Amino acid sequence: MSQKLEKLIDKKGLRLDGRKLDELRSIKIEVGALSNADGSAYIQQGKNKILAAVYGPKELHPKHLALPDRMVLRCRYHMAPFSVQERKSPAPSRREIELSKVIREALEPSIFIEYYPRTSIDLFIEVLQADGGTRCASITAASLALADAGIPMRDLVASCAAGKVDDTIVLDLMDTEDKVGTADVPVALMPNLNAITLLQMDGILTLEEFEKAVNLALEGCRKIYTMQKETLKAKYIGVKEVEE
Amino acid sequence: MSSIVVRVKQKQIAQLIAKGKRLDGRGLTDYREIKVEQGVIERAEGSARVLLGMTEVMVGIKIEIGQPYPDTPNEGVLTVNAELVPLASPTFEPGPPDENSIELARVVDRGIRESKAIDLEKLCVEPGKKVFIVFVDVYVLNHDGNLIDASALAAIAALLNTKMFKYEIEEGEVKIKPGHTPLPIRKRPIAVTFAKISDKLVVDPWLEEEQIMDARLTMTTDDDGNICAIQKGGSGCFTQKQVLEAAKIAKEKAEEIRKKLKW
Repeated sequence: MSQKLEKLIDKKGLRLDGRKLDELRSIKIEVGALSNADGSAYIQQGKNKILAAVYGPKELHPKHLALPDRMVLRCRYHMAPFSVQERKSPAPSRREIELSKVIREALEPSIFIEYYPRTSIDLFIEVLQADGGTRCASITAASLALADAGIPMRDLVASCAAGKVDDTIVLDLMDTEDKVGTADVPVALMPNLNAITLLQMDGILTLEEFEKAVNLALEGCRKIYTMQKETLKAKYIGVKEVEE
Repeated sequence: MSSIVVRVKQKQIAQLIAKGKRLDGRGLTDYREIKVEQGVIERAEGSARVLLGMTEVMVGIKIEIGQPYPDTPNEGVLTVNAELVPLASPTFEPGPPDENSIELARVVDRGIRESKAIDLEKLCVEPGKKVFIVFVDVYVLNHDGNLIDASALAAIAALLNTKMFKYEIEEGEVKIKPGHTPLPIRKRPIAVTFAKISDKLVVDPWLEEEQIMDARLTMTTDDDGNICAIQKGGSGCFTQKQVLEAAKIAKEKAEEIRKKLKW
């Protein structure tokens, strides 16, 4: 591929889309994007376009899966066939099954699952367009959808990746950087509790580079957290004004 | 599962770990006894059996000729699959792979792939048309906790033991010749898994520790001490400090375990 020869970071330290090394892509978040769901959110992060919807708490079917002391969180991460360059088969791939699991486990620590015994919450994530870092953007949106559904939570979960591109640690990799880059470290954080709820890595990093990447990703999570809170506030302040 | 005896034992395990001890007498960063046996299945191109305490995993390698992926026409193909065989645990059910076996296979795959353990370019027969496909089949035979480390170790042990058939190309057809060459291996990635119990990190959790752990963290490192794969599991969380501490311990532990591999 001819792309490999292309430099991903120019002499001024700017990336292909003109971002600085520690700069996030432009993010647009909307809460309550779907009227049928109990809670929902839509996120655009770079060219990523992702919808997340929450249904529940509700009775769990099949009933034998219900737990007597807590609620069951179920999560489906799914990519639309048209979300990537080559059509993706709509059947769930092994990657999607793994991501559904890690996203569920990234969000579960934030929910007071013991408040709703014998029930379930279904979380559906649809990636309409993918541009690298979809699991992180999905978590950011899904956490807002849970909050929008009024589920009691310890904190919001904000998520962001860092990685290594052209021998440099950079924040929030887009598709090309993810493919050509040599490492990717997605992280999710509950910023108020300083608790990391998702951590994965692929690629090759030394211990020092890994520490740098984690710190950069955590910084990114904190920035995204601010945007999440602003979005929620904006929605509910708006509601109050209408009532008055 | 929730019998009183089990509950009492679980509480004891957690209380001991809070004091820096473990029920089976190990230190927090000690592995159970590790046994690696390479070359156990003659029919397979490579194989290994790993015992991690009572956890037992077998890996068989099969090599076939097939088509490369369109985006890597000059490279062989690596495929990792994991089976949680029903005879290994009362909690394993027959049927298509569930999320646990898919996660297991993908974490093992990530370690081998990202460390570039196999020189896939040497597995190209005819660019864009014919390459070797390396099938790594992880077979869990007894589940007593920490399947990831046992499977990853068995996988690399089996790959180190793999013999490829020799071949020549006659009129565009691949003809197998007598004799073997070893699979081109460059790195030996080793996975080290931590469980978080009573806010402490313990290495190599056994089944009863896994049942009470808050979260799990796997770090895979290569021969040079670089990290090549990480996976967090379970519905708990880690602090930044714990993550960095885990990375250091994982590197040290991997060096010890690597000595058990014959290469």
